[in-house]
Amino acid sequence: MTVAQPTRTIPAPPRNGRWSGFRHLLMARLLELKREPEVIFWVFGFPVLLALGLGIAFRNKPADVTPVAIVAGPGAEDALSLLQRSPRGSSIRAAVMVEPEALQGFRLGKYDLVVVPDGKDGFQYRYDPARPESVLSRAEVDDALQTAAGRKDPVPTSAVASSEPGSRYIDFLIPGLLGMNLMNSGMWGIGFALVDMRQRKLLKRFVGTPMRRSDFLLALTSSRLVLMLIEIVLLLGFGVLAFHMRVLGSVFTILLLATIGAVAFGGLGLLTASRAQKLESVSGLMNLVMMPMWIFSGVFFSSERFPAMLQPLIKLLPLTALNDALRATILQGASLGAQSGRLLVLLLWGGISFALALRWFRWT
Amino acid sequence: MASAIQCRDLRKTYDGKVEAVRGLNLEIEAGECFGLLGPNGAGKTTTIEILEGLLAPTSGQVTILGQNWKENERELREVMGISLQETRLSEKLTVLETIKLFSGFYRQPRAPLEVLEQMQLSEKANSWVGKLSGGQRQRLAVATALVGNPKILFLDEPTTGLDPQSRRQLWDIIRRFQQAGGTVLLTTHYMDEAERLCDRLAIVDHGQVIAEGTPADLIERLGGHHMVEFQVSVHSNSDTAAWRALPGVESVRHDNGLVCLNVREPHLTIPALLDAVEKEGEHLLHLTTRQASLEDVFVRLTGRHLRED
Ligand SMILES: Nc1ncnc2c1ncn2[C@@H]1O[C@H](COP(=O)(O)OP(=O)(O)OP(=O)(O)O)[C@@H](O)[C@H]1O
Ligand SMILES: [Mg+2]
Repeated sequence: MTVAQPTRTIPAPPRNGRWSGFRHLLMARLLELKREPEVIFWVFGFPVLLALGLGIAFRNKPADVTPVAIVAGPGAEDALSLLQRSPRGSSIRAAVMVEPEALQGFRLGKYDLVVVPDGKDGFQYRYDPARPESVLSRAEVDDALQTAAGRKDPVPTSAVASSEPGSRYIDFLIPGLLGMNLMNSGMWGIGFALVDMRQRKLLKRFVGTPMRRSDFLLALTSSRLVLMLIEIVLLLGFGVLAFHMRVLGSVFTILLLATIGAVAFGGLGLLTASRAQKLESVSGLMNLVMMPMWIFSGVFFSSERFPAMLQPLIKLLPLTALNDALRATILQGASLGAQSGRLLVLLLWGGISFALALRWFRWT
Repeated sequence: MASAIQCRDLRKTYDGKVEAVRGLNLEIEAGECFGLLGPNGAGKTTTIEILEGLLAPTSGQVTILGQNWKENERELREVMGISLQETRLSEKLTVLETIKLFSGFYRQPRAPLEVLEQMQLSEKANSWVGKLSGGQRQRLAVATALVGNPKILFLDEPTTGLDPQSRRQLWDIIRRFQQAGGTVLLTTHYMDEAERLCDRLAIVDHGQVIAEGTPADLIERLGGHHMVEFQVSVHSNSDTAAWRALPGVESVRHDNGLVCLNVREPHLTIPALLDAVEKEGEHLLHLTTRQASLEDVFVRLTGRHLRED
């Protein structure tokens, strides 16, 4: 049996090199992030859940059945049998009822169209031009009625349903979520963390050591890049596994784009947080900066839907540039060279905001 | 020998309005433990942060170890350790991780474990900072100042909020640091702390030094090491001139119904006092004598107590 020696061995003091401060800061930051359950949820769980939810809600459904109401009266049964006989009959579900019931159902969205027989072998359609499905069903029902009644089309046409991976909503959505998450985590992760540390006087305390200030900012940014890497792999992997998404562009290009995006938004976060003393004030500022991008930059729907007049402005937003670039790369396999305009937008935002932030930044 | 810390005609005006420091001069020798003593809002934190190079003065000069902040910031940071009045360190790092982080900033730091042991935090090494008691956090803050192996230690109210035992431990650590050749500048509200710990002090009020010297010096300047405090029945309490005329009395002060006398020789004063009271037909309700403290110095100089409770 050995007896413990009374003398303790204390390890020799370290001698630190140029990058010691950076290494320690990065390690500490990553440890902190790892121990923050909210971070894990917002960065990793939330985007995947969102993709899952939206992917299911907007999944490509089997061909829709159009609900149609036929107002009872002379000719109503004719309309019904014509529709049932039509080659398109299977995609139309028609029922005969009295007028008030039909109109009520139409108002509530239960029926897309009301067919009113005029008593002289003709029909009148009631539809709502503001409801796309109503407009569609009018065309469809009309088509079905006419062909069933013996119309001959001068040109024979046929149609094939196409919902290939790459053109579905989920394919559009995932790159957008990636872009949005890069923005959120760049802005919150850097801006919020900085103001928090300033408020706690921790920034001041750090500045009281020989720490290089640039190392500090670099470590903060790097910690976000590490998270970003995991996030991309997770979200794209999820898209590929759960929705059979096809990633056409090279992984290297995607990572490079995401890095440029993360750094640009990091710069913007730094700028937003350069002076704020309180978490409340920086939250307001952040939302103000991010709001236009949530709306205009094409996360959930294409930014092309906004009026042409706005397009040049929308294209200049960093998130639009990042989303468009990610979509082009992931969905169409575009090369970096083909996207120099978008890259320029991102680099300018990043560069200018970093430069301004460093000028205005308050450590205390 | 060059002074460790020197400042000339230091002024700081916040936002063009609040004059926190108004023409402050200090000269602190290497190896000295120097205290800044003053009430809330006196300008202690402002002064110490200017000396630490964390706050730009509105005007005035600061020299640390013969160098100034503009030209030698990095070198100076290597040789000084600071603890701010309030810093909230990251709650989700452990004590050891925190110390290692700070040690990583210095070229030749001390071993983190050794510093923790010195600060009696070894058993908390693996606890999260968020789980520490107030006193333990305070000790950790001082540990982050010591880990860089500094020559000068700046401590802003290092013992505020500590229990008496922890305060004593911290005093020991500060003394040991000083014995090993270090220079200390600290601020405090506590008179007894300043008296026991500091070689010299400056009493600061409204941004200016109103008295400076060794604790004994300052008390001597008060005009006597002893205080006699008493209370007599009814009116004659406020008869200052009569009490001032008693033998050996240097000054008279009224404080909450008590009469306080600064006294050089209590054995002459007290019998005379008893006689005087008897002659008036009054009687004493209360009488104590005690050593004069810096608190008395402060009250004498400003007419206010150091801590207005
Ligand atoms: N950032 C600031 N902006 C404006 N005024 C300030 C600022 N910091 C301090 N002051 C004011 O300057 C004066 C001196 O403050 P300082 O913090 O130096 O006092 P202190 O002696 O450290 O007080 P305490 O014992 O309470 O810590 C106070 O009147 C305070 O209100
Ligand atoms: Mg203070």
